Amino acid sequence: MVTVLALPLAFLLREALDAGVSNLWHLIWRSLTASLLWNTVRLTVVVTVLCAVIGTLAAYGVERTDLPGARVWAVLVVVPFAIPDFVVSFGWSSLSSWVQGFRGAVLVMTLAVYPLVYLPVAASLRGADPGQEDIARSLGVGRLVTFFRVTLGQARRAIFGGCLLVALVILAEYGAFEILGFQTFTTEIFTEFRIVDTSVACALSLVLVVLGLFVLMGESASRGGGRVSRTGSGVQRALVRRHLGHARLPVLVAYALLVVAALGVPIGSSVYWIFEGGADSLVGASLGSAALYTAGYSLGAALVATAMALPVALLVTRHPGRVHAMLERTTFLVLAMPGLVVALAISYFSTQYANSFGYQTAPLLVLAYSIMFFPLALVCVRASVAQSSVSLEEVAGSLGVRRLPAVLRVTLPLIAPGIGAAFCLVFLSAVTELTATLILIPTNAETLATQFWAYQQNLSYGQAAPFALVIIAIAAVPSYVLGRFFDRLPRRGLAQAQREVV
Amino acid sequence: MSSPARTRVRARYSARLVVRGLVSITAIALVPLSVAACTGGSPSASSGKVTLTLYNGQHVQTTEALVAAFEKATGIDVAVRSDDEDVLDAEIVAEGSRSPADVVFSENSPALEYLQARGLLAPVDRSTLARTPAKFNSPRGNWVGISARVSVLIYNPSLIDKSALPTHVLEVADPRYRGKLAFAPGETDFQPVITSVLRTYGKAEALTWLDGIKTNAESHIYPDNEAISAAVNRGIVAFGVVNQYYWYRMRAEIGAANVHSRIAYFSPRDPGYVLDISGAAVMKSSRHEAAAQRLLGFLVSAKAQEIIAHSISFEYPIVSGVKSAQSETPFDELEPNPIDVAELGTGAQAVDLLRDVQLL
Repeated sequence: MVTVLALPLAFLLREALDAGVSNLWHLIWRSLTASLLWNTVRLTVVVTVLCAVIGTLAAYGVERTDLPGARVWAVLVVVPFAIPDFVVSFGWSSLSSWVQGFRGAVLVMTLAVYPLVYLPVAASLRGADPGQEDIARSLGVGRLVTFFRVTLGQARRAIFGGCLLVALVILAEYGAFEILGFQTFTTEIFTEFRIVDTSVACALSLVLVVLGLFVLMGESASRGGGRVSRTGSGVQRALVRRHLGHARLPVLVAYALLVVAALGVPIGSSVYWIFEGGADSLVGASLGSAALYTAGYSLGAALVATAMALPVALLVTRHPGRVHAMLERTTFLVLAMPGLVVALAISYFSTQYANSFGYQTAPLLVLAYSIMFFPLALVCVRASVAQSSVSLEEVAGSLGVRRLPAVLRVTLPLIAPGIGAAFCLVFLSAVTELTATLILIPTNAETLATQFWAYQQNLSYGQAAPFALVIIAIAAVPSYVLGRFFDRLPRRGLAQAQREVV
Repeated sequence: MSSPARTRVRARYSARLVVRGLVSITAIALVPLSVAACTGGSPSASSGKVTLTLYNGQHVQTTEALVAAFEKATGIDVAVRSDDEDVLDAEIVAEGSRSPADVVFSENSPALEYLQARGLLAPVDRSTLARTPAKFNSPRGNWVGISARVSVLIYNPSLIDKSALPTHVLEVADPRYRGKLAFAPGETDFQPVITSVLRTYGKAEALTWLDGIKTNAESHIYPDNEAISAAVNRGIVAFGVVNQYYWYRMRAEIGAANVHSRIAYFSPRDPGYVLDISGAAVMKSSRHEAAAQRLLGFLVSAKAQEIIAHSISFEYPIVSGVKSAQSETPFDELEPNPIDVAELGTGAQAVDLLRDVQLL
């Protein structure tokens, strides 16, 4: 399995080495690379910071204040995660010409990916012990300082974890930037690939992988020490929600604005284009078959990725060690690789080494999805495995239950929520995947994303819009389930989970 | 004790739900997967009936109309794989002799010349080649021209006056257009213009020209001509160089009321005024050569050319006697630079120049 996950990297190294080291250096060491680097880095930094702020504040408001309708907001601020970045981009850019280039990219990406920070932070805020805040306050620390030093301190790991995902996703994003006319490493990799220069595309991808490594290292370093869990025994006191008081109205307006911007605009402009755009071809039939293909591929990917994540999660949690931890961390690198690169790697190995076995068939596409979204599945399954104590399985063993039945009857039920969440997250990601799909999709098949893209590229906004709406509809359910999963996480003992994660 | 017990019961219950859910979901998933697997691999393997695989870089809807008419006329099924012509080229080269493609249909001649230079194309039937003017076919007879497009300026009258537009392609690089020009370095439609300039003025001047374009378009670099057209139309940038049909197609898609841009031509026979030929070829590796040749023959038939003439791809049919039914400048009134498809080549020189000035 490690071999399968390493395929993309092996492909990159091979193609790049084919070009020769000196040639490679020549390809990378250009002023174009510098400008791409500047674009990519400034975008990643700005969006990550914005997502951290918005995600954390939104989570704090929902979890720790007496925000009216908190449970409804909790759903509404998560659902934007179900909207593909290129649809958000399409929605905003068709609204105003202001949304383009760097500022457009910042706006669109922030709105599209802030839930990646919101979800873990909300879970962590709910699970954290409010006692630490009480102590800080009782020692005369001001409210604001307490918020920054204690409350945020407790959520620090969740914030950085979310930021890590945000940064990696931005590195690999393509569709949104193409619509906005913003050049990053990934868009240039696509251009190079299009003009049939795979070695340049691979050289640039290697730079992207190095950027991803920096992000990973930065996140590792920022984890730091310090305990966030309770030491004493006994029960945490119940959370007392902060009264918003006069701030209630402005806060409500802020939530409404966020939801309108992240959810309302993409959906609204899709509906607008259905009525406004020229309708000169029948979309109905292809909408149905595309939805069927999309669901089929995505379900397959969700099954395979979750099945792959399970043993890895058990291994790294039950037998922690530096090597295992490092292996696990490096799987995150695949998130920083554009889907195109993963797809190229797979079709390369299929055509060059496997006599075109499976080339342009559904199983290969599902495999590509599984490799790409494996890290996401791992995150979810791991969170649940970390919470399920191995001692229960051992007790079952001591009572004479064999190993496999013990795993099935004891461990599996305990980690079921994590498995469900992993399934949903991978499904959701696969439904919105575009670039690998374009390469690997079987001839004559189409997914919602490829159809949306084809029409959008042809400026047929009226035909593209229904596909966007169906994508959102299909993806909204898993994103809701996902929200519920993170919602429940702390009640099952997040503190314990965090202890074991350390 | 009751609380953990309840948790366990709930956990097992939810586990069962999850497992049951997964099982039924898998069942649902397998249906389209198996369908897809059947249609994906080698389509003709299961039945005796021939299914051609067409790698299509042309406008999807028009190709679908052409393919439907071909299937109806011949009973031969065609599986269509659509993508950008350069992506399809890359796929074909990677696939080598095992390529599933029987026929490749591209937007511009360089995409076909590129495959021809690699020895991947089979000779086209003489009767097919005879249907179109020889200057629009492969010089070696390995692909046939199907339709034509022409490069134009697209501009937004609220940002630039028509009289202020360049009439000569070298003027596009003039400093007075700084910040006004939109440019797509990766767009294959523009490479013929670069090659045309290179052929006319030589490498040194072409490089200076591209450098000027780079400066002028600094803040308006786009992925393709569609994006340029949309940006100019929305008033983000004043003008760009695209092919004529992008503007017409955009007008058909978004409605005349939403069109805020216009098109203009370079002066007659200017190196920027280039006719691009879209063509099709049979792959040497095709296992259905006879059927593939029939598809090519069909594409230059009067019937197919009429479909192109009436399609919303707004390209010019090139078989004599068939004229575009759309309200655009008639084909025989165009006055492009008389550069031919052999001189336009594979586009490799254009890419080298773009790399030299760091646009790629």
